Amino acid sequence: MKKYVVWAGMTLGLLANASGAFAADNGPKMLTPHYTYNAKTIIAGAKLFATDCMACHSIKFMRYEFLTQDLGMSKADVHKYIMLPTGSEFKGTMVSAMPINMAHKWFGLPPPDLSQMVRYKSQDWVYTYLLSFYRDPQRPSGWNNYVFPNVAMPDVLAPYGGIVNEHGKVLRAGDESPQKFKEQVTDIVAFLRFVSDPSVVQRDDDGPWVLGLLVLFTIFAYFLKKEYWKDVK
Amino acid sequence: MSFKEWFVKRSPLPEMWREHMAEYYAPKNFNIFYYAGSLLLLMVVLQFLSGFLVMAHYIPTARDAYDSVYGIMYDVHYGWLMQYMHVDGVSLIFILLYIHMARGMLYGSYRSPREIVWIIGYTTYLAFMAEAFFGYILPYSNLSYWAGTVITSLFKSIPFIGHWVTTLVRGGAGMSGDTLGRFTALHVTVVFLVIVGLIVFHILYLHKVGSNNPDGIEIKANKGPDGHPVDGIPFHPYYSVKDLFGFGVWLTIFAAIIFYAPTFHHIFLERTMSTPANPLKSLPDVTPPWYLSPFYAMLRAIPNKNGGIILMVVAVLFPFVLPWLDKNPVKSTRYRPITRIMLIIFFINFFVLAYLGEQPPLPKYFFPERLGAVIYVAFFVLLPLVSKFEPTRTPPARVRFRAH
Repeated sequence: MKKYVVWAGMTLGLLANASGAFAADNGPKMLTPHYTYNAKTIIAGAKLFATDCMACHSIKFMRYEFLTQDLGMSKADVHKYIMLPTGSEFKGTMVSAMPINMAHKWFGLPPPDLSQMVRYKSQDWVYTYLLSFYRDPQRPSGWNNYVFPNVAMPDVLAPYGGIVNEHGKVLRAGDESPQKFKEQVTDIVAFLRFVSDPSVVQRDDDGPWVLGLLVLFTIFAYFLKKEYWKDVK
Repeated sequence: MSFKEWFVKRSPLPEMWREHMAEYYAPKNFNIFYYAGSLLLLMVVLQFLSGFLVMAHYIPTARDAYDSVYGIMYDVHYGWLMQYMHVDGVSLIFILLYIHMARGMLYGSYRSPREIVWIIGYTTYLAFMAEAFFGYILPYSNLSYWAGTVITSLFKSIPFIGHWVTTLVRGGAGMSGDTLGRFTALHVTVVFLVIVGLIVFHILYLHKVGSNNPDGIEIKANKGPDGHPVDGIPFHPYYSVKDLFGFGVWLTIFAAIIFYAPTFHHIFLERTMSTPANPLKSLPDVTPPWYLSPFYAMLRAIPNKNGGIILMVVAVLFPFVLPWLDKNPVKSTRYRPITRIMLIIFFINFFVLAYLGEQPPLPKYFFPERLGAVIYVAFFVLLPLVSKFEPTRTPPARVRFRAH
């Protein structure tokens, strides 16, 4: 028995090391958003996303109806806060209204689809990126970013967060307090995290049942094994 | 005549059942490492089931592959479950394969008369590598694209016909929808069937000679009056119920990963797997999944491409000759302390190489990578000498077993 404890300890130690070791990441130091990951923050993020991001960015794998099914938003709220006043269908995917060929013309490249962006770049990256815009008259858009230098995207959140120059000097204060602005960005990050893997709702619902049944099965199997192995001398 | 008699008279199944389950005598002193074999069988069945369900929604074209794979996650009922089962299952299979092989090396299970069992098993491991690689390419993410480009370019090192072979494997000058078509076909038919066939032969060859055990002594040498080994117990019911318990524990771990850590800190499902293939945007450093990275680290250890490939091929093929490198009459390392220490160094070194293979190609990793490659090769080179001259303890006449 003691032997197995030692082996289990060694295995756990290796795994604990491995989780840090295998996810090597280089580059600027990222900030971490602090929030509770629940329907409230995700829905707040969805509303901000619909107002401020979806003019350019699609999340083509998401459907409007997922917001009601998974998060419990009412259909009326989805129509009011999330969907475009005309056009898009409730069961349809959340695609930006910006035509791709025009996007090419305006930005050089169409804005990327954000469906798996948090999974691809990590939520810390998205959070830090959204907080790292500064005024740069050299750029065609007038904006630049510390995390993603020379990005084509302008700081669409500037009305909330204010404008800073590259040394961090505030050129114009935002409509929201810095505290509130960070909260808003965090909500957007929470929404994009949900979009990158909406299965989290179902996984959290079903997980305890599946694990519970498997543990129960394991306990029965253990006693069955013990009963049979009594004969083995 | 009852239906049962009628059926039994015509069926080979009762005889097979007796031969491989009810009257297959296995040593009674198997320890925790011996669960890995039956768990691998379980995992292959689960991979087949989840793979079948995922395949029903997959479109192997350059335009639709990525969207169809992620469409499963968003639009298919319990699609996330099939997908995560299939993705995390691969890593769990390789964990079990490494445990299974390490156990064989620790207790000398590759030794006479089980050389063919070892060779078939090791070939299965290589087939799993191929299967995992082909599966890796199918989502056509940016990682798939560049990993496919890197691995298929290895074929260019074949003398004279290298470029021709590379074009044949890719179905064109570079990765494309044609590559996806042939890799899908390989993944779901040829390589999978080869794995299944090899597993069947692995078990048949094992049952011909009988299982080894942690003490490395032949239980068949000591038979009771009934003609069965005194230290053997019938596989069914003793090991079948024991493995049932193993299934329970393992499935609980598997489910916990699927439900609460499906990407496993992005070790089992890498971040670059979540962005579509883009030939214009190469990844800063293409690293293989953790289970292949020890060999990748050795490939990189030599700055010359062909030299690195030769080292990697040698490293992959060395275990084939392991049964003939070990000269000691004692099989189990329980009674061979020096070999046991060598093996533990070999295993730790393998983990370190896996870690190094995941790192960006920076000069500070070159020395550890070369050292790791040297230790890996040194184990096989030194084994014939060490096993010939090392001091051993005498194994017991009967297996060590405490009733529980």
